[in-house]
Amino acid sequence: MIRVELPSHLRTLAGITGDVRLDVAGEVTQRAVLNALEAAYPALRGTIRDQATARRRAFIRLFACGEDLSHDSPDSLLPAAVAAGVEPLVIVGAIAGG
Amino acid sequence: MSKVRVLVGTRKGAFVLTSDGKREKWDVSGPHFAGWEVFHVKGSPADPDRIYASQSSGWSGQVMQRSNDGGQTWEVIGNKFDYSGVPGTHQWYDGTPHPWEFKRVWHLEPSLTDPDVVYAGVEDAALFQSSDGGKSWSELSGLREHGSGPRWQPGAGGMCLHTILLDPVNAGRMYIAISAAGAFRSDDAGRTWKPINKGLRSEFLPDKDADVGHCVHRIAMHRSRPEVLFMQKHWDVMRSDDAGESWREVSGNLPTDFGFPIDVHAHEPETIYVVPIKSDSEHFPPEGKLRVYRSRTGGNEWEALTNGLPRQDCYVNVLRDAMAVDSLDSCGIYFGTTGGQVYGSADAGDTWAPIVRDLPAVLSVEVQTLA
Repeated sequence: MIRVELPSHLRTLAGITGDVRLDVAGEVTQRAVLNALEAAYPALRGTIRDQATARRRAFIRLFACGEDLSHDSPDSLLPAAVAAGVEPLVIVGAIAGG
Repeated sequence: MSKVRVLVGTRKGAFVLTSDGKREKWDVSGPHFAGWEVFHVKGSPADPDRIYASQSSGWSGQVMQRSNDGGQTWEVIGNKFDYSGVPGTHQWYDGTPHPWEFKRVWHLEPSLTDPDVVYAGVEDAALFQSSDGGKSWSELSGLREHGSGPRWQPGAGGMCLHTILLDPVNAGRMYIAISAAGAFRSDDAGRTWKPINKGLRSEFLPDKDADVGHCVHRIAMHRSRPEVLFMQKHWDVMRSDDAGESWREVSGNLPTDFGFPIDVHAHEPETIYVVPIKSDSEHFPPEGKLRVYRSRTGGNEWEALTNGLPRQDCYVNVLRDAMAVDSLDSCGIYFGTTGGQVYGSADAGDTWAPIVRDLPAVLSVEVQTLA
């Protein structure tokens, strides 16, 4: 099971109270995890990635295992600890605005 | 007894204000969608319990919400707004070409007859329609593609389609307005469009009488007489008696003819309201006095309505979607400010009182009159 941490405003939007744990078939990439996340929680479609371009939204960052993965290819493999469910993929809203 | 429900969109969520027909005591519920900008909330005339809301944020983009119980509970609906075809470019602020990019939904206009049909005006300017209660959206691309689109440019708030008026008498006729492109009319339910800006004059344009490029802030109509339109332009209050074919200025004795909202009394088609704002660089009331101005003559002759409104040290703004009227026998009128106050008048503007005074900055106000 892949673990995902979401910012509070997206947890509220999707009605998520506990941890997010996802089954991801095949290679564990950013794209595969986000596809699984949006399939499980359709309210999140368009809030992390632009729906038209599938690109990460400008003020959303992706972290895991102490690394910033925001600028990695969406098809690159996530760290083994994320694929093993030991560490979460952390989705963060940039510190901006008010 | 009749009830009134006021739907308020703010910078940090939506609020639903309810009262009985006396409109003296108000119940405030919210914030709904706390922390998100809510540009607009509007109920269906065909089913008042069906309400649509536009929710957005700089982090997570556009989310759409729908309520089927008068705003008590909400469900997320479709938020995919894809322009038809290759959208091309419009003008940037400096006149250079800039690609069309979806940013947010400014205005929602539910059908007059079908609660599952709703129109959305978006930034960058385009008109979308849903026929399935907001699950999916498709562009009425005849507007953006009719020919003048490459000459449209953003106003200070972005290139937004902010006004949608549905003609209740002439089937298929609708009006929209874009800042800064102008007003447009369709006579075939949004398939084809034409600019209706003859008579508008804008000093910031190289051709001051151009067919497009005007910064229209708001248009209003009375449903009994839909060929008569009233407009608050960037500067100038305007009137058309021929469905927008021509416009004439009716600013008359207003202290300033800059402003954002304009609305019409529910029962008196010649009684209209504006909120004069000092200038396009000083977005607050002249002399620090918050005043609504009412004309009972369809323009030109205006009276200041001040009873119950701040008379000194008031420096708020009233945005284009932040004024609405109810349809009770004694017409109620409401407006919200960027200071978070929502003022109401149950006597057509003669006296005012705050319904609520400490909300986040108010972006929009709509009213439902309930049986």
